[in-house]
Amino acid sequence: MAKPKLNLNRVPMPRQDPKKRGKNFNEVALGYSLEQAKEEASRCIQCKKRGCVAGCPVEIDIPGFIKAIGDGDMPEAVRILKSKNALPGICGRVCPQETQCEATCSLAKKGAPIAIGRLERFVADWERANMGAATSIDPPKPAGKRVAVVGSGPAGLTAAADLAKLGHSVTIFEALHVAGGVLMYGIPEFRLPKEIVQAEVDYVASLGVKLELDAVVGKLATVDELLNSDYHAVFLGTGAGAPMFMNIPGENLNGIYSANEFLTRVNLMKAYRFPEYDTPVKVGRRVVVIGGGNVAMDSARCALRLGADKVYIIYRRSEVEMPARREEVENAMEEGIEFRLLTNPKQMLGDEQNWVVGIECYEMELGEPDDSGRRRPIVKEGSEFTIDVDMVVEALGTRPNPLVASTTEGLETTRWGTLVADEETGKTVKDKVWAGGDIVTGAATVISAMGAGKHAAADIDAYLRG
Amino acid sequence: MYKILLKQDLVPGIHLFKVAAPAVAKKAQPGQFVVVRIDEKGERIPLTIADWDREGGSVTIVFMEVGTTTARLALLEAGGAIADFVGPLGLPTHIEKFGTVVCVAGGFAVATIMPIARAMRQKGNKVISILGARSQDLLFWEDKLRSLSDQLIVTTDDGSYGRKGVVTGPLKELLESGEKVDRVIAIGPSIMMKFCSLTTEPFGIKTIVSLNPIMVDGTGMCGCCRVSVGGETKFACVDGPDFDGHQVDWDLLFARQRIYLDEEKRSFEQWQRSVHR
Repeated sequence: MAKPKLNLNRVPMPRQDPKKRGKNFNEVALGYSLEQAKEEASRCIQCKKRGCVAGCPVEIDIPGFIKAIGDGDMPEAVRILKSKNALPGICGRVCPQETQCEATCSLAKKGAPIAIGRLERFVADWERANMGAATSIDPPKPAGKRVAVVGSGPAGLTAAADLAKLGHSVTIFEALHVAGGVLMYGIPEFRLPKEIVQAEVDYVASLGVKLELDAVVGKLATVDELLNSDYHAVFLGTGAGAPMFMNIPGENLNGIYSANEFLTRVNLMKAYRFPEYDTPVKVGRRVVVIGGGNVAMDSARCALRLGADKVYIIYRRSEVEMPARREEVENAMEEGIEFRLLTNPKQMLGDEQNWVVGIECYEMELGEPDDSGRRRPIVKEGSEFTIDVDMVVEALGTRPNPLVASTTEGLETTRWGTLVADEETGKTVKDKVWAGGDIVTGAATVISAMGAGKHAAADIDAYLRG
Repeated sequence: MYKILLKQDLVPGIHLFKVAAPAVAKKAQPGQFVVVRIDEKGERIPLTIADWDREGGSVTIVFMEVGTTTARLALLEAGGAIADFVGPLGLPTHIEKFGTVVCVAGGFAVATIMPIARAMRQKGNKVISILGARSQDLLFWEDKLRSLSDQLIVTTDDGSYGRKGVVTGPLKELLESGEKVDRVIAIGPSIMMKFCSLTTEPFGIKTIVSLNPIMVDGTGMCGCCRVSVGGETKFACVDGPDFDGHQVDWDLLFARQRIYLDEEKRSFEQWQRSVHR
């Protein structure tokens, strides 16, 4: 029998209709059925190169779990996936697979790479539906050491899960009232349902990890006090949670939000269900979101869902330089968000009651490449024009919250406020303290933070056993 | 959950909770605040810390019913619990031996000023306190504040008790009397803090106010509480809440405190309907 011809197209992912989804907060991507997953899995040629594994920051045995799907052995797919990744439902949804595992897939040279992210998501969702949220594993032999993890975002959860699996007693300290960090307050429900985040947090807790919520390290116990009392090592995964503003005139007008505030109100505090939930959020009729990253896309799409008539994204460079995932830009465009590229705000205009009514912008053009390798945006003199708005969201990026660094002796910080730590191990210059994720790299991706948490956990384990 | 150990209804609409929060109690300092969330559907609101008991593991807050959250809070009783009680947040009030410190408290802010007056006294300052309320029935803790002060002046807007008028009257007289005042701490409604600052400015006496803009997380994450001080944008939650009153852009503060007036009204009306059903 002849070898079946390789299908170079991936199985499409069912999605909510753009017209409908712009009015609700339900998940946009609907996930594969078992048949669709098996069909997509059957495209994997199980090549020897395993480029996908090399492209994965947490080294998942990708061909292994894909083969298990193809064989219809879902419990085995779950086992393989979760042995490396405690948060597969999250990663399957928000990892930029197109620049990682899928970019290095052998099929990528000939056609569409395997939809690894969609399959990962399918396995995680299958587990939650069929095996319960937390698959119990045999408790490891206690190692007798205690580790404090500060922050419960992707880096902290991953470090905690790995350390617990290695037999250490782990406590996570989280400043907010729920665990998950940016997964809970930042990424919207329609892209990452909070039920999924909660289920994966519950899984980490089921490994024996203790969660201390409402615990602001630096204001309650400091890192030094943790080390001097109960803990043998500390991992700092406090992220990059402090918003940046443009420092242009009119920025403190009413109706101007940082993306952090807007998304925290909507996602964490569930303001989209106000007044059932007590936290309000302004619903602009004409909304401008400033920025070109995933957070800008999330903010624009939230504003649309809250009922805005018109949502613009203003970005100072052109489409190719946008740091957002291609998929999210396409989703936003499909939903009717209008992109005003090569546009940069000059000032915000307000009325007598301090409400924003307009945003004056410059047109920009691209010059020579700058430090980031992208072409530098330059102001076109005399090109000012005004857009009428009643709400603005600034999604300009975030930087580390200085709270932990400023209350801890002996940490080294960079001029961007990030912590200096070894690239491989996450070890800081301070004894017994490791760090990883956005607190070290500045704002980056969920999966890179998870990779950092994983590497630090291994190094902490080696130290504690040393 | 954080258990309410004690509830006192101090005057109509103003209540005291003593809350079991040992970790917060261990670290609390004068001028700091907590963020409280009543339950799953509640919002996060900042409330200043009135007192703490490090050994007993409790923190005392005093709040006034002004909207949905504080009205819901007021319905809780001792034995009940609050979902979240995060703190101590913000920078502590700067305490040192200045000489003579005037503590001005408007309304229920007497609760906030109490630990500050106590700490100032302990550092060896002469403490002169001015306590103002709308009327006698809204006045509380006069005796407590008197016991921490070398001198106490009480005012009521309607003259039902103490001197008739607002706190800026006696404050101005004090400064004009030749009393050498080294620092003023003014805490209360924003409008009162603004006028205290305007009163002291011609005398060149540093005046510290405790700003109360709208907050969400209270840890520097959202920037909702941004205020302009000396022409620079600050986050009240982490850079304050204490600021130099002569440097504050008061009009901006007032405007930003009004952002959610419509929503606050809508929320409160729907809550009242749900309670009366």
